[in-house]
Amino acid sequence: MPPATLERKTTEAGFTGSGVTVEIGGVPIELRTTDEKFQRVIEDRYTGFLNPCAVPALRFEIELTEARAGSDEDVSVHKQGETWCMQRGDFRAEWNLKRREGWIRQCANPYSIDTVLRITHSLLLAMEGGFQLHASSAIRDGRAFVFAGVSGTGKTTTARLAPKDAVVLTDEISYVRRIGNGYRAYGTPFAGELAKSGANESAPIKQVCLLKQSLENRMRPVGQAEATRTLMRHVLFFARDKELVEQVLDSVVRFISRVEVVEMEFTRDGRGWELIQ
Amino acid sequence: MKQCYVARGRALAARQLGEEVVIMSATDSTLYNLNEVGTLIWQGADGKTSLARIVEERICPIYEVEASEALRDAEEFVKELAKHGILQVAETPILELQGVANKRS
Repeated sequence: MPPATLERKTTEAGFTGSGVTVEIGGVPIELRTTDEKFQRVIEDRYTGFLNPCAVPALRFEIELTEARAGSDEDVSVHKQGETWCMQRGDFRAEWNLKRREGWIRQCANPYSIDTVLRITHSLLLAMEGGFQLHASSAIRDGRAFVFAGVSGTGKTTTARLAPKDAVVLTDEISYVRRIGNGYRAYGTPFAGELAKSGANESAPIKQVCLLKQSLENRMRPVGQAEATRTLMRHVLFFARDKELVEQVLDSVVRFISRVEVVEMEFTRDGRGWELIQ
Repeated sequence: MKQCYVARGRALAARQLGEEVVIMSATDSTLYNLNEVGTLIWQGADGKTSLARIVEERICPIYEVEASEALRDAEEFVKELAKHGILQVAETPILELQGVANKRS
């Protein structure tokens, strides 16, 4: 007798709720729930990033549960065959790579959804040569600039001090996609200390600035090895998957061969923006 | 230490950038960086070549150092890397080499 198994599937036919399509980085993901109140929570959370007309690249069915454990434990992400499985104290989720659909079990808060989306986008991006970075980013004169640094080095400060002609894409998570031979930065709703979504816009990346607070404002070019080491430290990684780590390392090396990386010393008065053009 | 053979670890991604190697662990996303000497040992870590030979053929011709002294340092170094799973270390050749390729960017 074969062993008993239980396979969970999401099907169009069995679902009676409605969906909200959240498009980040040009990648629409539909979040479906039967709970109208929670649907409004999602709509509020991702205002500016909703695209009801987009054909979803991926569809999640959300099942609301009683409050689970907190969100302070580490997230676990792994692949089982064609299915990505992710879990933290406050949620469990799975999605199938081929069917491009999955489910999320969580209580009714927007934070769990936020984490599922960050992880899912990082996995989708890795497959096409992109990545998410702990970095702020902004568009100026039609070109995007990415400001990377560890906590406290000035990602949010740089975004807060952006001049009026700059469009802030994010103060926390930069979204980098490989488009043809170049790279574009996209705005994200993932906010840091600014507690404000970025603009839903995109532009080709001109420069990556590795932030360093200083008493002066200046830039120096950074070599390939140093740039790779530093940027890899800022890439959002969730999965313990060798193939994925290989892909992201390749993506970062390729990115650095195409995009200028500099170390940017800056003062906390906004004059550093004079170097950004 | 008896005869020592080294092979690259399994759950790793590594790229050679100039004279350095950047290594990322797939198990905990830790990032490692090997300097020039470390890179020479990494390059030679094919599981079949003894550490003594790696030192003799790759390090001694470049650096002014006694082979015995260089080997002592290399033994300490590979032990440290083995603790992090970056290298596998054995007293006999490591025949089933499943470690990462030595990719150059």
